[in-house]
Amino acid sequence: MAQRYEIRFSGAGGQGLITAGIILAEAAAIIEGKHAVQSQSYGPEARGGASKSEVIIADDPIDYPKATLVNACLALTQEAADKYAHGIIDKGVLLIDCDLVKTAPQGNFTLYQLPIIRTAKEEIGREIVANVVALGAMVALTGIVSFESGEKAVLDRVPAAFRELNKKAYRVGFEKMKGIL
Amino acid sequence: MTRKTALIQGNEACAHAAVYAGCTFFAGYPITPSSEIAEVLAKELPKVGGKFIQMEDEIAAMAAIIGASLCGHKVMDASSGPGMSLKQELIGYACIAEIPCVIVNVMRGGPSTGMPTGPSQSDVMQARWGTHGDHAAIAIAPASCQEIFAETVRAFNLAETYRMPVQILMDEIVAHMREKIVFPEPGELAIVTRQAPFVSPAEYKPFDTSFGDIPPLAAMGGNYRYHVTGLNKAPDGFPTTKAELVDAEERRQLRKVEAHAAAIEKNEEYLTEDAEVIVLSFGITSRSARFAVDSLRQEGVRAGLFRPITLWPFPEKRVAEVARKTRAIVVPEMNLGQLVYEVERVVKGSCRLAALGRVDGEPITPYQIIDKVKEVL
Amino acid sequence: MAFNYEKYIRPGKLPHIWCPGCGHGIVMKGLIRAIDKCALNKNRTAVISGIGCASRLPGYVDFNTVHTAHGRAAAFATGMKMADPGLTVLCVGGDGDGVAIGGNHFIHACRRNIDITYILMNNHIYGMTGGQFSPCTPTDGFASTTPYGNPDPVFDIAKLAIGAGATFVARTTAYHATQIDKLIIEGIQHKGFSVIEILDCCPTSYGRRNKYRSVVEMMKQHKELAVPVTAAAKMAPEDLAGKIITGVLHKEDKPEYCEQYSRLIEKVQEQAAAKG
Repeated sequence: MAQRYEIRFSGAGGQGLITAGIILAEAAAIIEGKHAVQSQSYGPEARGGASKSEVIIADDPIDYPKATLVNACLALTQEAADKYAHGIIDKGVLLIDCDLVKTAPQGNFTLYQLPIIRTAKEEIGREIVANVVALGAMVALTGIVSFESGEKAVLDRVPAAFRELNKKAYRVGFEKMKGIL
Repeated sequence: MTRKTALIQGNEACAHAAVYAGCTFFAGYPITPSSEIAEVLAKELPKVGGKFIQMEDEIAAMAAIIGASLCGHKVMDASSGPGMSLKQELIGYACIAEIPCVIVNVMRGGPSTGMPTGPSQSDVMQARWGTHGDHAAIAIAPASCQEIFAETVRAFNLAETYRMPVQILMDEIVAHMREKIVFPEPGELAIVTRQAPFVSPAEYKPFDTSFGDIPPLAAMGGNYRYHVTGLNKAPDGFPTTKAELVDAEERRQLRKVEAHAAAIEKNEEYLTEDAEVIVLSFGITSRSARFAVDSLRQEGVRAGLFRPITLWPFPEKRVAEVARKTRAIVVPEMNLGQLVYEVERVVKGSCRLAALGRVDGEPITPYQIIDKVKEVL
Repeated sequence: MAFNYEKYIRPGKLPHIWCPGCGHGIVMKGLIRAIDKCALNKNRTAVISGIGCASRLPGYVDFNTVHTAHGRAAAFATGMKMADPGLTVLCVGGDGDGVAIGGNHFIHACRRNIDITYILMNNHIYGMTGGQFSPCTPTDGFASTTPYGNPDPVFDIAKLAIGAGATFVARTTAYHATQIDKLIIEGIQHKGFSVIEILDCCPTSYGRRNKYRSVVEMMKQHKELAVPVTAAAKMAPEDLAGKIITGVLHKEDKPEYCEQYSRLIEKVQEQAAAKG
């Protein structure tokens, strides 16, 4: 049984959180050579609803691919916070979007708040990169992969025309998180 | 040389493996949670000169792959619950006419439309007995993206070797989760090509058993001209109702798998040697089971895992052996009792047996298995 | 010199299962003469059928032959043609097989305009199962499952094929034997999906229940009701009611499916080569 680190990204369908999970898993598995499994649960809707993407990272092969005890969780919407911000271990961490999650889940974990969507909209100029802002913040929060691995994984995945935009989104997310840690 | 790696979904691994195995024809119909297989092959097959066709329905997709297989192609179709129900008609055709083909079933719950986006393992018995009439069946249930690749290649090899349909059973989690896979180099995995006829066109019979139970299948459109039917047939391929011919044909078709079960079967055993309790589990559930086995071992319970990779033919000899040496077998599966009955048939009361079913669209967790094991011991 | 059918009939496979008076044998002979006229290579010709009386035809003729499942001929044939576009692929079958259980495959084969020639023998009945009504049984006609007369409207197969996109659609009857050859030849030579509907007689299951005293009477009716398409063009619609319009009803040139897919492959491979 591998020593597991479990991360859950949750929010609304269409916010790109599955992609955020994939990028993190690629940073861990392909760039850093660890083992990683990314999975998701989804409903019939392509947009809206509550969606989650889970990444398990370990040094050894991973058996059960779903979260068991979540080390770190992200919730971008109230619905996602209510539905998916559970199972977090004692001393685990939860990051919420402080504009959209008005009622923060309670538990024996440390709560962090950032205006993730607003940051994407106002500082980066495109709400569509909120997932990459969130990814940067989660990398800073967990330290499960290095800043550089996360950045490389982001850039490997996005089309050339959007590299600068995503690079900035990732960096701003990372720095904002560092600022409140 | 560093080998090509990628973080990809099970469905994507399956599609890429098909191309690796030499698949040059895919026909399908869109259905969750299998559609990525069709999407990847729509992109990849033309690159290697292969053909992809999206048919008007699930039955037509089966018909098209059988037609293409008759013309010498290695073929594949992929679907899920309702689609699999429709395909049973022509899976039967592929059985009786002995047409190599690979059919992927990314299982969902049911019956009917069921839960398209939730994981399930409830088509175990359909894979064995879905089409009407006596027939042989081969079904493989891989549990990781790397294994999906290898087992998809093996599925093509088995289909071509035994001249019959082979099913790959996956579940939504295995099909959609992303894991790192290392792509095998060309030549690294064995690839079986279809046996050409041993005789001249004038002497050829499509079901000639003079060379054994698996008659070679000539590609239509070449120099061999013959007839194929879904009726019971004589060795020359033409319909017959002669009792002795029908009986011989039916028995031979079952024998193709029975006589080669040892070569077709594949299992993984983990800590079964000294196990006082064995979790027998396949697909995604086997990964929960492995987690549970490790946890139980840490608590001092001598648990083990028996994972059939080939579900059909069921590894009955080996399961009977391990059952004699253990106190209990627990069978967790995402259905309300399918494989457990096969285990019961084989174990014949030589150890305790417990089923653990789950059908709410969530996977069986390691903790559920741990609790069940403790309850049984 | 008389035409030598034996060249194309599989030795030992006759007699066929068809009843005396059934028109399927006329169609089979027409098909053989047409194939001979087109000088097709037997190894490069496939005849595909579904299930039913007409679908037994492939067993008798010496080509690559596939007797598939009920209604599925067009779908099997699509797979074969796509797999081997150089193969001449013909489908044969009846009305219930082709446009009831196989209706979906039939219309989508029309839509794709895949180069297959579909010879549909329409005898208005399910003959093999004992005379149940088909989508082509005349309204008010009698069948074993319409003991009070058929309440269903009738499918117009040619209109269906044209509407679905077939690029060659023709009709004749089993009485018009020489036209059968001509239309099948034209269908084979046409690049695209060709439908040849041949109105046929089932004395056993249809004629007997619908007050035809003999198959001769059924054939005679086909002869009398037939109006060549050229003559029909000059007739008023009310005069055409109940008539059988024969000949080539529709012909157009549209891209053929396998050729389209070959172009797709070429394009994809060129792009891949350009990328290196």
